[in-house]
Amino acid sequence: MNRLVITGGTLLDQHGEHPGDVAIEDGRITAVGEIATTGSDTLLDAAGCIVAPGFVDLHVHLREPGKEEAETIETGSRAAALGGFTAVVAMPNTDPAQDSVAVVEFVRAQGKRAGLCEVLPAGCITIGRAGERLAPFGELSAAGVHLFTDDGSGVQDPQLMRSALEYAGPLGIVLAQHCEVTSLTKGAVMHEGSCCSRLGLPGWPSIAEELMVFRDIELVRLTGVPMHFLHLSTARSVQLVRQAKAEGLAITAEAAPHHFTLTDEQLSGFDPLFKVNPPLRTRADIDAIKAGLADGTIDAIATDHAPHAPHTKEAPLDQAPPGMLGLETALGLAISELDMPLAAIVAALSWQPAAIAGVADRHGRPIVVGEPANLTVFDPAQEWTVVPAHLASKSRNTPYAGRTLRGKVRHTVFGGVAVVVDSTATR
Amino acid sequence: MKHLLSIEDLSADEIHHLLELTDHMAEVSSRPIPKVPALRGKNVVSLFFEDSTRTRTSFDTAAKRLSADTMNFAVSSSSVNKGESLRDTIETISAMGVDAFVIRHKSSGAPQMITRWTNAAIVNAGDGWHQHPTQALLDCYTIRTGLNRRDGFDGLHIAIVGDIKHSRVARSDVQAFAALGASITLVAPPTLLPPSLEGWPADVSHDLDALLPDLDVLYLLRVQRERMDDALLPSLHEYSAMYGLTAQRAARLAPHALLMHPGPMNRGVEMVVDPGEVPGSVILNQVTNGVAVRMAVLFWLLGSGSDLKGEA
Repeated sequence: MNRLVITGGTLLDQHGEHPGDVAIEDGRITAVGEIATTGSDTLLDAAGCIVAPGFVDLHVHLREPGKEEAETIETGSRAAALGGFTAVVAMPNTDPAQDSVAVVEFVRAQGKRAGLCEVLPAGCITIGRAGERLAPFGELSAAGVHLFTDDGSGVQDPQLMRSALEYAGPLGIVLAQHCEVTSLTKGAVMHEGSCCSRLGLPGWPSIAEELMVFRDIELVRLTGVPMHFLHLSTARSVQLVRQAKAEGLAITAEAAPHHFTLTDEQLSGFDPLFKVNPPLRTRADIDAIKAGLADGTIDAIATDHAPHAPHTKEAPLDQAPPGMLGLETALGLAISELDMPLAAIVAALSWQPAAIAGVADRHGRPIVVGEPANLTVFDPAQEWTVVPAHLASKSRNTPYAGRTLRGKVRHTVFGGVAVVVDSTATR
Repeated sequence: MKHLLSIEDLSADEIHHLLELTDHMAEVSSRPIPKVPALRGKNVVSLFFEDSTRTRTSFDTAAKRLSADTMNFAVSSSSVNKGESLRDTIETISAMGVDAFVIRHKSSGAPQMITRWTNAAIVNAGDGWHQHPTQALLDCYTIRTGLNRRDGFDGLHIAIVGDIKHSRVARSDVQAFAALGASITLVAPPTLLPPSLEGWPADVSHDLDALLPDLDVLYLLRVQRERMDDALLPSLHEYSAMYGLTAQRAARLAPHALLMHPGPMNRGVEMVVDPGEVPGSVILNQVTNGVAVRMAVLFWLLGSGSDLKGEA
């Protein structure tokens, strides 16, 4: 097989930033620095680009099995690769749910078949995500599952959550919570505040998230077992996590790009494209999420990529499902909207989530000889406009149609294979 | 295409214009043959996805008095019950040739969404907790005629009492009354107020008794039994004791004050007194004026020229 050489870029990893070429053979990095290329090399031009460890998305909904009309593991993987991700954590709210070895093996196998990125199935915390009985953590963990969540719902019962943490402890797995006290969000469509009051829509109050963040911080304190908070959306949640981390508790957190770019005012036109769970909140919340990313309170940018077939979003707000596409716009939104050094943005997209996902042995690695070749090459200055029809996802529910973003993935190398070349998927 | 989706979309001038147009329509309605050819050949389709008697009948009567063709689409007997999507329903009926849809829907924002799928004018006849613009216009018209305030509501004090949180009537009325210059007080227990009143041109009170003598208009809203299931009210009896209009409270209203209600009333809950015994009650005038206001709205959206003079 030909040698693959990424030429003329700036290498950026956890050890710093410097110009250099990268040579790849048999899935591994074989040379770094100034590389004399030969006619038989396959070259990837990285002039003006950053070459970074591949991105890891802790939070995607690939919809397979169960809702293949919205997304398949293949189409979602393609969207991931185009967004610079070499690994994605597939949320377990599939049908059937990812609460058995059979289902997680299927998801992983479909990911391998697509061959565009590593698909890491998350396990459920409870059987069928019903919040009643624990899923088989041990069996699933033995099958390679590292992150467990009932995402889409939070675990409501504090006794069950306590038990889940205690049981999980010796397995070395991570439980991830969708923080929402559902008795406070009955029928909720959007953030509870002045906008929902004017529009006559049931509100999703910030405190419904914050109460569960607080409860689970205390459960981590009690059990000593680590936890990850999914898609934090409120200023107070960020503050609670900041304080818990300062106290040394084993807590990590993620935020989604839409929660640092869009506010509840977007719902004024009743467009279900802007309906998401947790909901878009206020300018003050956006500022707090950004501050949390900047000071490391929030470890990871995770997209909560949630495809929905077009007809399902053509319903009144209260009937349309929540969720929006995220994989292909995450990097551009982060570079355009976050006032953070590029290295910090890459950290939040790459090695920090890789550690949480339990794949730090193969993703988000330093760019040095011998490491697995999972790399993202992006142009941080390239401006591009989001056109829904051009997205690789099977669905079209991006809230950013027509928005011009700065920062675009040019090439993605997964397992030594150039799966995206010149912003086009090769498979 | 012009629509009537929300009072927010109307300027004060447009509200005044519609109320003046309503004067003409009231005159038409008072003729021996209350019918003009203004909308002859126009097709007005009522699509009610939620039960309503008075609003649907009122629109239907209004359209007929303007000689429009009308079609009532009863959702319970339609293909919506077979799982047809809102979009397909609208596109299918639109394909028959529709000039205006009159839409009632339990979801806030549904009429606005429907504008994407048809070239017809959309009249919002009530969407969720959001808006009920023709109700607000007929309420304005009722106050305008009842208190002889053709030039606006400057200096009027209007109290809206009841379940503001879940009320599309309250949202529309507050905007319309304020646009015309009234000062507004919302009266309700905190659990029946919207979570935020930021930007609302209204004050809040929890003491109806203190307000009564000062009011020019007392506007009562329907309070529903299901609010007790959501722990928003301890009991209707308690609501009635604190906020219901008893004979004693009615007696403390100023002699000129108007009593209004959008209907249907909950007798014994918000309306303890028999409104027929309250001299300022204009509740039936509201219903009468509803037809003229809806004629004005349909004419404003679909009419052309000054063909209000002829006879059908």
